[in-house]
Amino acid sequence: MLVATIIKKSVEQGIPLLFGSTGEILTEKSGNLNLGIPGIMYVGGSAGILGAYLYENAVATPNPLLCVLIPLIASLIGSTLLALIYSFLTITLRANQNVTGLALTTFGVGFGDFFGGSLTKIFGNGGTLSVKLSSDYFKTPLPFAKSLGWFGEIFFSYGFLAYVAIIVALISAFVLKRTRVGLHLRAVGENPATADAAGISVTKYKYLATCIGGAIAGLGGLYFIMDYTGGAWTNGGFGDRGWLAIALVIFALWRPNIGILGSIVFGGLYIAYSYISGLSRSAIAIFNMLPYVVTILILVLTSVRNKKETQPPEHLGLPYFREER
Amino acid sequence: MASNAAIELVNITKTFGSTVANKDVCLTVNKGEILSILGENGSGKTTLMNMISGIYYPDSGQIFIDGKEAVISGPKDAFAYKIGMIHQHFKLVDVFSAAENIVLGLEDEKGFDMKNYVGRIKEISDQYGFDIDPNKKIYEMSVSEKQTVEIIKVLFRGADILILDEPTAVLTPQETQKLFAILRRMRDAGKAIIIITHKLHEVLSLSDRVSVLRKGEYVGTVKTSEANEAILTEMMVGKKIALNIHRDEPSNEEVRLSVEGISCINREGVSVLNDISFSVNSGEILGIAGIAGSGQRELLESIAGLQKINHGKIIYNNPKTGEVENLRDKTPRQIRDMGVRLSFVPEDRLGMGLVGNMDIVDNMMLRSYRKGHSVFVRRKEPQNLADEIIKRLGVVTPDSHTPVRRLSGGNVQKVLVGREISSSPTVLMAAYPVRGLDINSSYTIYNLLNEQKSKGVAVIFVGEDLDVLLELCDRIMVLSGGAVSDIVDARTATKEQIGLLMTKSREVSHDNK
Repeated sequence: MLVATIIKKSVEQGIPLLFGSTGEILTEKSGNLNLGIPGIMYVGGSAGILGAYLYENAVATPNPLLCVLIPLIASLIGSTLLALIYSFLTITLRANQNVTGLALTTFGVGFGDFFGGSLTKIFGNGGTLSVKLSSDYFKTPLPFAKSLGWFGEIFFSYGFLAYVAIIVALISAFVLKRTRVGLHLRAVGENPATADAAGISVTKYKYLATCIGGAIAGLGGLYFIMDYTGGAWTNGGFGDRGWLAIALVIFALWRPNIGILGSIVFGGLYIAYSYISGLSRSAIAIFNMLPYVVTILILVLTSVRNKKETQPPEHLGLPYFREER
Repeated sequence: MASNAAIELVNITKTFGSTVANKDVCLTVNKGEILSILGENGSGKTTLMNMISGIYYPDSGQIFIDGKEAVISGPKDAFAYKIGMIHQHFKLVDVFSAAENIVLGLEDEKGFDMKNYVGRIKEISDQYGFDIDPNKKIYEMSVSEKQTVEIIKVLFRGADILILDEPTAVLTPQETQKLFAILRRMRDAGKAIIIITHKLHEVLSLSDRVSVLRKGEYVGTVKTSEANEAILTEMMVGKKIALNIHRDEPSNEEVRLSVEGISCINREGVSVLNDISFSVNSGEILGIAGIAGSGQRELLESIAGLQKINHGKIIYNNPKTGEVENLRDKTPRQIRDMGVRLSFVPEDRLGMGLVGNMDIVDNMMLRSYRKGHSVFVRRKEPQNLADEIIKRLGVVTPDSHTPVRRLSGGNVQKVLVGREISSSPTVLMAAYPVRGLDINSSYTIYNLLNEQKSKGVAVIFVGEDLDVLLELCDRIMVLSGGAVSDIVDARTATKEQIGLLMTKSREVSHDNK
C-alpha cells in the first residue's frame, strides 16, 4: 500500500525532529533559546555510533543488550555534556544565548564529522564507520508488525526509539501542563523574577531543563544514525534536520503533543519530492524548503492573532539577573 | 496590651552605602488593626517594609513577632512568620491563570490538584468578599483584579500580617473603596495590616493609627481619631530648611509655551493627565511638584511629542520666527528642532537618552547625527562639545572616550543635561536632574538651570525636594493625580501649603462639598 509506505517514511523522517523539538521545547520553557540543538543532535548521533563501533570491535561476540545500551548511554552522555556547556555559559556566566548556541552547533557538527568520518582512518581500517550489527538491534520492529498488514506497517514497524520519542513527547506535555514541576518551569521561562520571589530556584530549573532537553534532542541524532541510516556514518548526512527541529518548536506552538503530529507533517514534506517523478535537482531544493515555508506561515498566523498562549515564553533568550540594590 | 502586638520593630536602622534609608525606626502593629505608614518619596517606607518581608536585612535593631524576637533573613522566613507583602509592582506570570499564580512556588502541599486549589481560593474569596474568577488569565485582568490576586496569594499562604505598598496608586476611586472594604473585613477577622501611602485622606478614612517617616527617620505615631490633615502634613514635610540657592528675578518675561486643557490616557486605559492648563514664560523656572506618578512624566512627554494627547492644545510661541504653533501636530523631531528640549532623568539613568556602552563623544553625536551630509560621521564637532561639557560641568572621567556606563550617576546626569543645554534650547525641561547627586553636583545643576533662565530660556523643573523647589523656582505648579492642584508663587508659598496641595485629591474635594 502506497499510503502506508508514505506514512511510514514520514514517521521515520519525523522521529529525529520530534526528539529535537521535544528537547528544545523543554529548554525554551525555561527561557533558554538553545540554538546549539543541531550540534547537540550531531554529537548525540556520533557519540552513539562511536560507542557502538568501539564495543563491536572490542569483543568477538557482542551481546545484543549491550549493543543497544552502550550507544544509548554514549549518546546521552555526549549530548548532555554539550547542553551542560551551554548551561554553564548562559546561566552561570550569562553569555549571550544566541552566540553560545551557534558556536555549539558549529562545534558539534565539526566534532561529529571528525570522529564519524575520520576515526576508521585513524584506527587504520580505511573505509567508513559502520556498525551494521548494533544498528540491526535498533531497527528491530515490534514482533507483531508483519502479521497486521498495512496497520502493522503504519503503527508497529519502527525501531524502539521511535516509540520512545512519542512517549517522551507525551510525558513532557503532561509534565508541562499538569504538574507542579511543569508550572514552576513555565514560570521560570515566563517571568523569572516572579518565580524567584515565589521561592523557585531559577538556576536549578534552567540547568535541569536545558540538560534534560539536550539529552532528549541527542537521541534524535542517535535514532537517525542507528536506525534511519542503518549504522553507517556519512559526513554531513544529518543535513539541516537540527534546524528543522527548532522550526518544529514554533510549528508545535511550544507543545510537545502537537510536536508529534508536526514531526510527521514535517517528515512528509521533507520526503514529498521522492514521490513525484521527473523532478529536477532544483525542484527538489524547492521541496526541501517546504517545512520552513510552513513554519513561516505559522509564525505569521500566530503573530497576527497575537494570542498570548501561542507566543514563545516571555523571557526566552534573556539572561536573568536577580534585582539587587 | 503588649500581648496584642502582632509585630514590633525596635530601633531598626538600615544604610545603603552612605545613604541612611532608615534610622532608629520603632513601630508596633496590633492584631485587628490597620496601621498607615505615611511619608514622602524617599522617606524610607518601602525599605522598612522590605526588611519585614525579608528582602533586606536590617543593619541593627530588633523585630518582635507575637512578642518573640524574630530573625527574617529571606522571603521564606517571612512566609514562616505569616508575613505577606503586596508589592506595588505585581509579581505575576501573565499567561498563567489566577489560581496558577496563587499556588506558584508552594512546595509543602501533598498533591498537585488544581481543582482542590481553586476550591480553596473560592473559600478565601467568599470569606473576605473578593470578586475573582480563579481560572481567568492574568493578562485579561484589570489592575485591580491583579492586585486582588496578589492579596489572595498571601492569604492562601496563611498570612496574618499583611503589608500593602501603595495599593491605591493604580486604582480608580471605586476600586479603592472596594479594597478598603476588604481591608476592613480582614482587620475585623484579626489580621494586622500595614498600608504604605502618601494620600492623607486615605490614611484618615481607613487606618486606626498612623506612623510618619521623614527622610528615613521615625517622626511619630498618632491615633487617626486624633489627627487631621494639617497635623499629618506638618509631621510629613517637617520644618523648612534653608539651602541658599541663588535665584534672580525673572527678566523679559513673555509667554513661551502655554498648555491648554490637555488630557491623556495611558496604554492601560487609565487617565494619567486630566485637563491640565498652565503657561511657562521665558526667563523663568517653573517648578513642578507632586508625588511620584502624579503625571509629571506624561506631561513632559506630551510636550516633547512622545506621548499621545487625547484632548487639548500645546501652544508654542516661536521666538525665532515669531509664529504661534500647536505642538500637538508636530513630530518629536520637529519639536526638538524648534528648541524644546527634554532632559529626563529616569530612575534608570541610562535608560533614556544615553547609550551606556558608548563614550561621551558618541553620545553627543546621537543628537546631531542628522546634521551630517556625508555618509561618514564627523567626529570633530561632537568631540569639541564633549570636551567643553567635561570642562565646564566638571565631569569626572578619565577622558571623553570612556563609556558613559562607567561614570558615576552624577556625572552621567551632567553629560545628559549638558548635551541638552548645548543646543541652545528655548524651552528646557529637566525631570529629577539632581536625583541621587551629592550636594556639590546638585548646585552645579542648579547653576546651569539658572544660567539658562538668565538667557531667556523657559525652564520647567520637575523636582522631589520641596526645599529645593521653593528656593530655585519662580512659580510652582503642584500636580495631584494627573490634575493641577494649584500654581503658587515660590517666593511666598510655604512647605505645608505645597504638601497639602500634593496630597489633595479630587474625591476628597467632592466629599467636602
